Amino acid sequence: MIETVVSADMLIEEVVKVKKNHLAPDFPSGKEKRLSIVSGLHGDEVAGQYICYELIRRIKMQFEKLKGIVDVYPFINPMGLEAQSRVIPVFDTDMNTLFPGSEEGTFGEYTAARVLQDIKGSDICIDIHSSSVYLKEIPQVRINEDVADILIPYAARMNMDVIWVHPSSTVMAGSLVHSLNEAGVKAMVVESGVALKIDYEYANRIVDGIFCLMSDMGIWDEPVEDSCISKIARDSDVAFVNAESSGIFIPAVSHSARIGKGDVIGQIVNVLTGSVEETIYSPRAGIVFSLREYPVIEEGSLVARIFGGTDD
Amino acid sequence: MTKKVIYSMNTAYRGEYTIYGYTFGNGEESACIVGAMRGNEFQQLYICSLLSKKLYELEGKGSVVSGKKILLIPSLNYSSFNVGKKYWISDNSDINRAFPGNPEGQATSRIAAAVLNQVSGYAYGIQFASFYMEGDFIPHVRMMETGKQSTSLANQFGMPYVLTAELRSYDKSTLNYNWQIRGTEAFSVYSGATETIDEESAQNAVSSVLRFLTRMGIIRYNCHAGYISTILDEEELLNIKSEKASGFFRKLVRPGTEVKRGEIIANIVNPMTGEIADDIYAPTDGIIFYTQNSPMVYQNTILFKIIRRLHN
Ligand SMILES: [Zn+2]
Repeated sequence: MIETVVSADMLIEEVVKVKKNHLAPDFPSGKEKRLSIVSGLHGDEVAGQYICYELIRRIKMQFEKLKGIVDVYPFINPMGLEAQSRVIPVFDTDMNTLFPGSEEGTFGEYTAARVLQDIKGSDICIDIHSSSVYLKEIPQVRINEDVADILIPYAARMNMDVIWVHPSSTVMAGSLVHSLNEAGVKAMVVESGVALKIDYEYANRIVDGIFCLMSDMGIWDEPVEDSCISKIARDSDVAFVNAESSGIFIPAVSHSARIGKGDVIGQIVNVLTGSVEETIYSPRAGIVFSLREYPVIEEGSLVARIFGGTDD
Repeated sequence: MTKKVIYSMNTAYRGEYTIYGYTFGNGEESACIVGAMRGNEFQQLYICSLLSKKLYELEGKGSVVSGKKILLIPSLNYSSFNVGKKYWISDNSDINRAFPGNPEGQATSRIAAAVLNQVSGYAYGIQFASFYMEGDFIPHVRMMETGKQSTSLANQFGMPYVLTAELRSYDKSTLNYNWQIRGTEAFSVYSGATETIDEESAQNAVSSVLRFLTRMGIIRYNCHAGYISTILDEEELLNIKSEKASGFFRKLVRPGTEVKRGEIIANIVNPMTGEIADDIYAPTDGIIFYTQNSPMVYQNTILFKIIRRLHN
């Protein structure tokens, strides 16, 4: 059943509508578990669009196996998706900094409050992101430290390579996931790939992971096995590699490949002189967890994150 | 006046990007003034330019009290002005959400860390801030309730209002908060406009700062007494929104206008028909504190903030 969660008239004629698809058994007992899937908070991240489609398609194909409630909210920032804008167009605000929002607040805060209210009461919520245009990310679940113990058992079933316990902006105060955890909903972020693109392999793994979780929750009446054992990354397990010069980044490694300590991650080159400004080496052995996708670099730009042992 | 480098970094196409500070007087770190942090803060930068000239004149006349030093940093982010962006040129991040910063992080985080390092230790900190919504205000000094704020000091600016505000989720990443936590008495001065120059309120903001510096014994300057500030909790401001319709925002009042309950204070006009889609009424007797200044508004946008008139 398709419902409009919140709507507002835009400047001229058109209406912005946040919608959800409420999937529930035909004859509910009233005791069903409820899972909410959210995407499109950032309008430049499109992987969640395919994931929502594929999830709904697969549920409908075997609808008799649905024993609980799945609410899918594919586009929380619909005009951002239309306009290829990460933030809310016109208001120029990152939607994922506005939670818990306010009924008295302006458009974005009001929308945030209504969305949050609608998701409350869910047992679990997955907020699907796909990085930014700058970095490509390995498929991962992100959770904040304060709720890590509660969430790790659920996150581990999401079929992702890594569970990163880290104060990322998507799980910190102001984010949907943070507000939901405070309201007693077990909420986590799934992050993978890069903005503006759909990596279908990653996306299908995320859909499989959602079915694992649904099966565990008793929402999907079929045992589902996860194909991958997630490694837990604490902050000391991840090294950040930032550029100390500017220019164009040319990678020497592949994303998600293994790298040794001291191996070359890539070079930053000067396009005018044809010279190499900086060669960037890995500070530790591990896997290339994040890799720079957008090649224009300034001093300080994040080039890679390496997940592995310690620096020595 | 001595020009000093606050932070300098390498960029791909703009060469070296350098943030400058200007000091007046010598001796103990008495007052630090920070101007535009975002690329649309034309008014804030303009106020700094006026203040810079004034402080240079006062220094020349020996009117900076001996043993006192003032630091002025007009802009942290002038590249964003140059490319017409509100936030950081390369990644759209907001410097005023990057504090306390990390000297080994990304550009805005490095800038925040360097600036905080340079401005910490001053007894008083003044920042010319802009609001997260576009619009015009009654000029005021805003203080976050960190537990370290002093409204009696804020009164010394002689601005019409001192606004105290509860901490919001993102406040901990602002300059003002981190300044206060490090022991500086920090104030945010809101002068009225942002993207346009309001000459009168710019002059008033300069006078307010000079008044404050005089009263704190940092400069000698003949100034008018200013206002006896009314202290107001931000929570007491009443939001008035375009709840029913979107369209042209025809406002009938300005910041400072006294309104009566039931008075029409704006019309929302249908852009196609010219018909009034909705009348906006004052819900209470009061004074207009804030007005939206966009020509057109979405439904559910905050149009006004009103100070309720208290009846005895
Ligand atoms: Zn995102």
